[in-house]
Amino acid sequence: MSQSWTMQPLFQLFLARFREFIRTPEAVFWSYVFPLVMMIALGLAFRSEPVEAVAVTIQNGDLSEATQKLLADNKAVKVTSGSEDDCRRMLRAGQTELIVVVTGTAEKPSYEFRYDPTRPGSVHARNTVNDALERASGRKDLLTTSDKAIQEPGSRYIDFLVPGLIGMGLMGGGVWGVGYAIVDMRIRQVLKRFLGTPMKKHHFVAAMMASRMVFMIPEIIVILLLARVMFGVTNNGSYFSVGVIVLLGAIEFASIGLMIASRARTLEAVAGLMNLTMVPMWIGSGIFFSASRFPDLVQPLIKILPLTPVIASLRHVMQEGATMVQILPNIGIMLAWAVGTFVVALKVFRWD
Amino acid sequence: MTYAIECRQLTKTWPGNPPVEAVRGIDLAVDQGTCFGVLGPNGAGKTTTIEICEGLLEATSGEALILGRSWKTHPDEIREQIGLSLQETRLSEKLTVLETLTLFRSFYRDGLDPMEAIAKVSLQEKTNARIKSLSGGQKQRVAVATALVGNPKLLFLDEPTTGLDPQSRRDLWRIITEFREAGGTVLLTTHYMDEAERLCDRVAIFDRGKILAIDSPQKLIADLGAEHMVVFTVSGSMDPADDFGAGLPGVIGVRRESEHRCLSVREPHIAIPSLLALINQQGLQLTSLTTRQATLEDVFVHYAGHGLNDESEGARR
Ligand SMILES: Nc1ncnc2c1ncn2[C@@H]1O[C@H](COP(=O)(O)OP(=O)(O)OP(=O)(O)O)[C@@H](O)[C@H]1O
Ligand SMILES: [Mg+2]
Repeated sequence: MSQSWTMQPLFQLFLARFREFIRTPEAVFWSYVFPLVMMIALGLAFRSEPVEAVAVTIQNGDLSEATQKLLADNKAVKVTSGSEDDCRRMLRAGQTELIVVVTGTAEKPSYEFRYDPTRPGSVHARNTVNDALERASGRKDLLTTSDKAIQEPGSRYIDFLVPGLIGMGLMGGGVWGVGYAIVDMRIRQVLKRFLGTPMKKHHFVAAMMASRMVFMIPEIIVILLLARVMFGVTNNGSYFSVGVIVLLGAIEFASIGLMIASRARTLEAVAGLMNLTMVPMWIGSGIFFSASRFPDLVQPLIKILPLTPVIASLRHVMQEGATMVQILPNIGIMLAWAVGTFVVALKVFRWD
Repeated sequence: MTYAIECRQLTKTWPGNPPVEAVRGIDLAVDQGTCFGVLGPNGAGKTTTIEICEGLLEATSGEALILGRSWKTHPDEIREQIGLSLQETRLSEKLTVLETLTLFRSFYRDGLDPMEAIAKVSLQEKTNARIKSLSGGQKQRVAVATALVGNPKLLFLDEPTTGLDPQSRRDLWRIITEFREAGGTVLLTTHYMDEAERLCDRVAIFDRGKILAIDSPQKLIADLGAEHMVVFTVSGSMDPADDFGAGLPGVIGVRRESEHRCLSVREPHIAIPSLLALINQQGLQLTSLTTRQATLEDVFVHYAGHGLNDESEGARR
């Protein structure tokens, strides 16, 4: 019997994996819908809007009403009042940024600002209120200043977030998609059953990796499209570079998934290993906030986590329009992870 | 002609504390075109032995030759010529029967058309059904079909009928018989003695990693020296000893299975009258008496020296 290409084991293994995936609605949901929901929710929550009026609370006292009147016309602050206890509670709960306590006489009032100097909002409120009170009591500005609003493309939070979410999707999809599927097959003794056939081991591994590459393509396209339509997120670099990063990232995490799953015999074991692998990257690789916020001491470590170069180079390309040459060091780290984990995985892989 | 399977001094020790000597020196040879049965209690080493022959496990020492070839030198050639089903495999539930068989077929250079394999196990109606929707017996038939789809010369089946209803078992027997009649060789393990007696040209009785007896079922039964079993129950003022009836003329062995007492006898026409006399003499009442031919089960009990379902704890040392 002649073998047409459809009877190639590599293709059949791929097809089997593909069918299993699309016939598992949960898997489709978690890999396609979840990142989108996340993007929409965060995109809406952190819309870049002009800084809102800051909440300020004046502690009840003889002069509190007069002070409230002084600030009433100022658009930058939203003033409320309350007892001392109320004020403290509101400050604690984040409902107000600043407490103003007024003492002294109507002719010569004295203001005390109570706030947490580590809260940027509070510092801003303190300065705004201070300014407003000074002006209301007759201070004249000595310099002529004017404000002009500008916005750099790619500088909003959503522009920062989308590459992070893409990286997160690549990591989750690769590690879970490959790792879980393999351990499940080991538990069901399907791997052992395959070992009893002339199937080539590299066909199996290649099919697992290839299916991951294919599943990820619509995932990434949908995120990019929706980000563009809903939030106007654009790519300032070339789509070719984005494609290279995404492909390499997908291979990298499929390899890592393969390695994690190469010996585990229970779902608990593999789930534990996956979390152990992914949690440091969720925290450290800068999905939601810049990784440069961590202390210098851990920076070298953070830089070589598998996810960091994916997200960093995506941001570099999409936000700043970096060229392939500029992201070469990050590409190198990704390649090293992909090859290293793949080789280890094949060495230690267990079929039963 | 080369043997389909030839094991020489096969041993397998599972590391651990203490290590488990699952297989302790097995020699066996299976002729091509025959069906060979491996019997034995749980933990006897049947699965371990068959999986070494299938190339899934490595023997601690000794070697298994398949169709005259060694696993060490010709693994790919051997795999092209064997088909197998494991004691416990759960095929992907999300795939259909046809998809599953097409997948397995793609692994082999030569083989059956997937539809032909489906027809061999009479699952045509379920061709496009997901594995998930099949009954246990149907799943087992799919597993056997995956073993057949590479058109093997040699079929390994580890407990293919465990848990199946009598009709499904017979369906599988038919598949196995047809395969053998077409010239194939079968190695199967089973806990059902009737199945072994019916299907197998030769059987080996395993216990604690060793072969206790190996021959055709008929020969093993004949070798007991007592081809008949007399099974009876008695009642009376006192319960007679377990070896009641031993030493009567023509009685070769005695055993008790709850209230039933079984005598292995060579000549029932001599043994039964003396048994009746003994019952009378002890003032007991005979409440039932039947005779039957000795079966493989009697052979098994004879060799194993204990009931069928005892764990062979002796394997742990
Ligand atoms: N992976 C393993 N690790 C350690 N010990 C094992 C392993 N597999 C089997 N054993 C031990 O080897 C011995 C033989 O097991 P095996 O599965 O060959 O028995 P079996 O005859 O097939 O029994 P059953 O009728 O229950 O299927 C048992 O004592 C078992 O506990
Ligand atoms: Mg077994």
